Amino acid sequence: MKISITVTLKKDVLDPQGNTIKKALENMNFKNINDIRQGKYFEIDIDEKNEKKAREKAEEMCKKLLANLVIEDYKIIGQQ
Amino acid sequence: MNSSVVIFPGSNCDRDMAVALKKFGFKNNMVWHDDIDLPKSDLVVLPGGFSYGDHLRSGSIASKSKIIQSVIKFAKSGGLLLGICNGFQILTETELLPGVLLRNKFSEFICKNVFVKINNTENNYFKKIKKNVLELHIAHNEGNYFCSNIQMKEIVDNNQIALSYCDKNGEINEKSNPNGSSKNIAAILNKEKNILGMMPHPERMIDKYLSGDDGVIFFENLLNNLK
Repeated sequence: MKISITVTLKKDVLDPQGNTIKKALENMNFKNINDIRQGKYFEIDIDEKNEKKAREKAEEMCKKLLANLVIEDYKIIGQQ
Repeated sequence: MNSSVVIFPGSNCDRDMAVALKKFGFKNNMVWHDDIDLPKSDLVVLPGGFSYGDHLRSGSIASKSKIIQSVIKFAKSGGLLLGICNGFQILTETELLPGVLLRNKFSEFICKNVFVKINNTENNYFKKIKKNVLELHIAHNEGNYFCSNIQMKEIVDNNQIALSYCDKNGEINEKSNPNGSSKNIAAILNKEKNILGMMPHPERMIDKYLSGDDGVIFFENLLNNLK
């Protein structure tokens, strides 16, 4: 089963990379950008047919390694 | 006194640290990240560098390495554990220290000398230290200390802030904050004060002709406290 996960910085955490990307886009004449937040995307191919179990494993991976919960939120956005 | 320096793939201050420790009288062992056991040590150091290429988050992969369980066990039994720069990032990722080191506020790699004020001398690292402001070197991309409000209250209540960025007179202000760290934090201790994570590199300040010698004060003091 393939699982997709996004990890993003929490709302109040400073994102200098997002700010830098925003400035670059503005230099390229992309107007009206209010904000940019950079995140991470993971595709995990897991040998598990049971959807519930696969999701539980993904949750555990997020909590233990993929996200640092002090500054980041994770979202399991899809599975197939 | 016996010390151990852990080498991760991508560590690059491990040998500087070993040189410093030996210079001030430690009998030092180098320990590979894939080892399981630590040699008998009075001090364990997680050195600076870019462990595992800083993949995922700085320090995150090292915090799951084979040796780390022995390091955690050593620290939880009261052993002195010092993390410098990337070592500090590893300590937060193992949750031995609270908080996290974010990207520097102005998106730049900072490599320069800074002044830090010693806030807590009730620990083996800074007890009886001769100066209360040290000039040390920093070199990092992620040194912007951040933690939740609840964690910050605990850190302050338990007097865990070890070093704060300051000017040469010891004034802690926004201008002397190089990277955006909360409360100008440059180093913190755990509640029990045996684990110290610091962004500045004392091992780079041990020769008055090459660099400056406030690192000498740090290492000599540490050794004296352990004797």
